[in-house]
Amino acid sequence: MKYLKLSNWGYSAQRIFIICAFSTIPLALLFTFAYLPVINMFKYSFTDWNGYSKRFDYVGFENYTRIFSDPEYFKVFIVSLYYFVATFLQMGLALYFATILSFKVRGKNFFKGILFFPYLLNGVAIGFIFLFFFKPDGTLDMLMHAVGLGQYTQLWLGNPNIINVSLAGASVWRYMGFNFIIFLGAISSIPKDVYEASDIDGANRWQRFRHIILPSITRILQLNLILAISGAISAFDIPYIMTDGSNGSMTFVIQTVHLAFKYGKLGLASAMAVVLLMIVILVTLVQRVTMKGEE
Amino acid sequence: MRKNKGWMMLLTMLLITSLLAACSSGGGSSQAGEEISTDPADIKGEITVLTQRTDIVDTVFKDYAAEFNKEYPDVKVNFQALADYEGQVKIRMSTKDYGDVLMIPTSVPIADIPDFFEPLGTYDELKDKYTAIEERMVDGQVYGIPTVITFSGIIYNKQVFKDAGIMEVPKTPEQFQAALQLIKDNTDAVPLYTNYASGWALTQWESDLPTVAGSVDYVNVDQPNTDENFVPGQPHYELYKVLYDAAKNGLIEKDPTTTDWESSKADLAKGKIATMALGSWAITQIQGMTDTPDNIGFLPFPTNASEVVVPLSADYNIGMNVNSENKPAAKAWIDWFLAKSNYAVEQGGGMDADKNAELPPILDQYKDVKFSTLTPAKEGQEGLVDKIDNEGEIGLWQPDFKKRIIEAGIGNRKESYDDIMKDLNDKWVKARAELTK
Repeated sequence: MKYLKLSNWGYSAQRIFIICAFSTIPLALLFTFAYLPVINMFKYSFTDWNGYSKRFDYVGFENYTRIFSDPEYFKVFIVSLYYFVATFLQMGLALYFATILSFKVRGKNFFKGILFFPYLLNGVAIGFIFLFFFKPDGTLDMLMHAVGLGQYTQLWLGNPNIINVSLAGASVWRYMGFNFIIFLGAISSIPKDVYEASDIDGANRWQRFRHIILPSITRILQLNLILAISGAISAFDIPYIMTDGSNGSMTFVIQTVHLAFKYGKLGLASAMAVVLLMIVILVTLVQRVTMKGEE
Repeated sequence: MRKNKGWMMLLTMLLITSLLAACSSGGGSSQAGEEISTDPADIKGEITVLTQRTDIVDTVFKDYAAEFNKEYPDVKVNFQALADYEGQVKIRMSTKDYGDVLMIPTSVPIADIPDFFEPLGTYDELKDKYTAIEERMVDGQVYGIPTVITFSGIIYNKQVFKDAGIMEVPKTPEQFQAALQLIKDNTDAVPLYTNYASGWALTQWESDLPTVAGSVDYVNVDQPNTDENFVPGQPHYELYKVLYDAAKNGLIEKDPTTTDWESSKADLAKGKIATMALGSWAITQIQGMTDTPDNIGFLPFPTNASEVVVPLSADYNIGMNVNSENKPAAKAWIDWFLAKSNYAVEQGGGMDADKNAELPPILDQYKDVKFSTLTPAKEGQEGLVDKIDNEGEIGLWQPDFKKRIIEAGIGNRKESYDDIMKDLNDKWVKARAELTK
């Protein structure tokens, strides 16, 4: 009975016990909701499971050979290029706004709120907002008519050459707030006296940005770039909700979802998810290595 | 404080164990069917009925339960309506808790049905009583009975047809295209609304396949045994040619990618849309949106076949959870619901699965049309069409290739109609060879 009471244990034993006890819950949660599904995904990727049956067969690497031998499955990465290009626009805008708003500006907090707001919205809501926005005679067309650009209106989602630009645009609007808030945080961590010193030297705003802000946030810039690129490769929610991948807006993840839930090929879809995971890891590694080299 | 630490430890332990317990849920195994007593006085218990009808679960269904209790006073019936029925039931079916009586999700592969559902009787027992029970049949056991029997074709606005100067109901694809062209020339209505964006509405076209084939055998008997499914002259080719031609000739909505199903119903009712390819279940919904419901008409899908066959098909099938603890009560509810509720006609916009049911009045003008259910697949070929379909990623009942056809029709894709059909046929041939080797 004596050992059941924690206060009777030695200090280090107590410490070890408390550490273990407190990390059990987060670890259990992490394992159940992060690692177990991934382990299962790897397992399913070697089967022909249809998502329902209580029986399935192991088929070895058949799913993987199928993915890599059929160009159909990889063709969709071309669409990711649109999101990839949009990434730079998104980061540029975020950096621009973050820099401006880190100086003394009237209504600073109001603008911060406005810029961050889209990121707080639910992706489904954003999908529907932009459906109305891009509709023929919708918000965008009305706006263009109002400012005299009426002759340039397009079928924003109906034209396969423009659809991915439209969708990537919606995606930029949504995710820019996230980049923005991170940049803002990084910029505000730069000590005030550096600015003061530059003031004395007579630096203007551009010089301040070029020589103080940019070098101080390189790390954060790299981090955001990695996040944005893996986001571009796995673009999903905006095109899925708005067009369901039709009219040439299919991305790799939408294709995976279609295979799993429309055609009952959970095994093949799991294999595709594993492939995507590998690609993202690879891209991140390559980026890290090349960026290290610059230093 | 010391005391608190002990409590903390206990709480932590409790949390962990409850967490682990919550995560483990075993898969159910099918049990042997029990002897079912049919005397209402013997049947008691509480059952839960899952339904997709969120709109009437608190009104009409409550009345059903009250009626039911007059015959079976000891059975308590609870209802749960699921908004995204197919998706939510699918997830619940990985546990044992998915109600006692439910609609069988259409995406469950036929072969897996016995793992989840209790047989309701053998085919030989039930075939004289109910229509279309072959669809959810495994080894001669029937697992689901249709709640509503619907029929498919074109739903149109009679007033728009009149305004466009269409004197006779179009019967062949050529006449239909001509009629759509007349509507475009003479009225402001959209001749054929595809409902491209909703996706599922495009799958309605597939149910018109038997009409184009002119035979109830084509879908389940002929189709799985042919390599020429999407070649010119074959039903699939002719069916979707109607859609392609309409898209190509500018007879569909201006921008299909931004269509909206809910407003399309009102637009058809008001005469802003002339035609849509849908099932009969939509008729009551559309009629409910106008003061002149007689304007809404139904016409069989245009066909060159010598005989006009309109397929009768089953809406959701009602079935029983194999893990149910109150099987006699659940069975009693199913029987009562099918025989006495009149759900099919009043709420489902179709007819009873009962063999003696009569055709609804909207079909009075089609005395010469044959309404019939599809011939079931040959023995050993049950579900083969679905298997080929999934293996080849063709998607007969998915919107994907219908979207491709529309996109090609309006010039968004470089491929022609024949390119798409050839691609689909190649996939069909390859998948069929894979499965029948």
